Amino acid sequence: METRARVLLLTALLLPLTGCASLHWPWSKDRQAAAEEPVAVETDETASAPPSVIEPEVARRKVKVAKIDSENIEIGAYFGALSIEDFGTGNVYGVRAAYHVTEDFFFEANVGKSKAGETSYETLGGDVQLLTDAERRFTYYSLSLGYNLFPGEVYIGRGLAMNSALYLLGGIGSTKFAGDQHFTVNFGAGYRVLPTDWLAIHIDVQDLVFQSDLLGKDKLTNNIGAYIGATAFF
Amino acid sequence: MLSISTIRSIPLFRSTSALVATALLTLAGFAAGVTRGADKELQQLFIAEPYLELHEGPGRGYAVTQVVPRGDAIDVLYRRTEWFRVRTQRGVEGWAYQRDMTRTLLADGTAFSVDLGDRAGYTSHKWELGVSGGDFSGATLISMYLSRAFNEQLALEVTASQYLGNASNGYTLDVGLTHVFRPDWRLSPFVSLGTGFLHVQPKGTLVLPEDRSDQTAYVGAGLRYYWTRRFFIRGEYRTHYVFTSRNENEEIDEWKLGLAFFF
Repeated sequence: METRARVLLLTALLLPLTGCASLHWPWSKDRQAAAEEPVAVETDETASAPPSVIEPEVARRKVKVAKIDSENIEIGAYFGALSIEDFGTGNVYGVRAAYHVTEDFFFEANVGKSKAGETSYETLGGDVQLLTDAERRFTYYSLSLGYNLFPGEVYIGRGLAMNSALYLLGGIGSTKFAGDQHFTVNFGAGYRVLPTDWLAIHIDVQDLVFQSDLLGKDKLTNNIGAYIGATAFF
Repeated sequence: MLSISTIRSIPLFRSTSALVATALLTLAGFAAGVTRGADKELQQLFIAEPYLELHEGPGRGYAVTQVVPRGDAIDVLYRRTEWFRVRTQRGVEGWAYQRDMTRTLLADGTAFSVDLGDRAGYTSHKWELGVSGGDFSGATLISMYLSRAFNEQLALEVTASQYLGNASNGYTLDVGLTHVFRPDWRLSPFVSLGTGFLHVQPKGTLVLPEDRSDQTAYVGAGLRYYWTRRFFIRGEYRTHYVFTSRNENEEIDEWKLGLAFFF
């Protein structure tokens, strides 16, 4: 009884071992390759072309691949005029950073600030002040996707050509104004001219749209700004 | 009530000025760097096709103004998106397309390889950056993330978000790990796990609660879908556990959808 059990166990152990050859062991692969190689050389000698006259004895040069700069990032500043709905037009300035993902699309982040003027109610009403001085600060940021709609060139005189592009921009962000923060949708268009490959001059117009109930009624406000700026690529 | 928000606006105001200053300093630093970068070692390549076309600008529509014949060498100055600024032996500069560049050779005769930003890049890349919008427990959410991959599946991710709600506004900053199950699939699920901070600025009502910051932990799941070139669409759900100093912890649901790219 005991021996039968032993035999059974041994067969059970041996059976899977027979399958071992079909498995891809790392060492067996090497052996196979080693076994096949000489055969290949033999057929080469007997069957084929005449031996080459000159054996090239050139040692491969080791080539170091230099790191190539990617100049897809654009950082710069801008200033302009921002028309804050109901509060007149004020100066605005800010910074922008963009990453050019493809030749057509880029991501852009803007941070800007301005200061609101007075509503006509405040101007006419004498001493009425709707907002404190600090609340008149208009600060916004936006994260946008841009599309180079019309890439091209501009020519100045006979001897100067500069790359340019008319682009569209749209995105989301937030505006802090009158003691509250508003979810803001921005869209606009701009024109970029590159006097050199690393410097760009921008002129753009953007609308910042957000919901505001500042003057009693909930309404969508449009805050259109026109900007001029410079950025550098690196 | 309003005076509180007045005080709060000052740090943001200052940080904007700081940002402007930083940008100006960076620009100045860059201007200095441009002149220094001139004597840098450049990559030399050899033309293996009958010729290499050089465009006037980094875009497919720009005219081809020069060709470099087979066997000639070029120096690669820098790259912008899919275009390489190169200089020929005669000193002529122009823009060559990345696909044409893959047909040039290194000095040892091997092909020059380029990260093309296609499906293969989607499967395996180092960096991701994305912007999304969504819902943060009823509030509107604006979110941005940056991720650095360890391998095809696992990545470290930093997410900064702002939410704007009726009762409160606030910020979150999260750091976590993201695991993509099948990076080679066009539509691929992923899970995320991490920790972060939640800063809440309650809006003024009759009783004004104070601003508060709490530590959070999150688990999430989502889908990403390869769109085109370097872009993919990413939708995600996260549930945040806020470890408050009060008696009970809070749970916040976050849904968002956005556009991201890899590089």
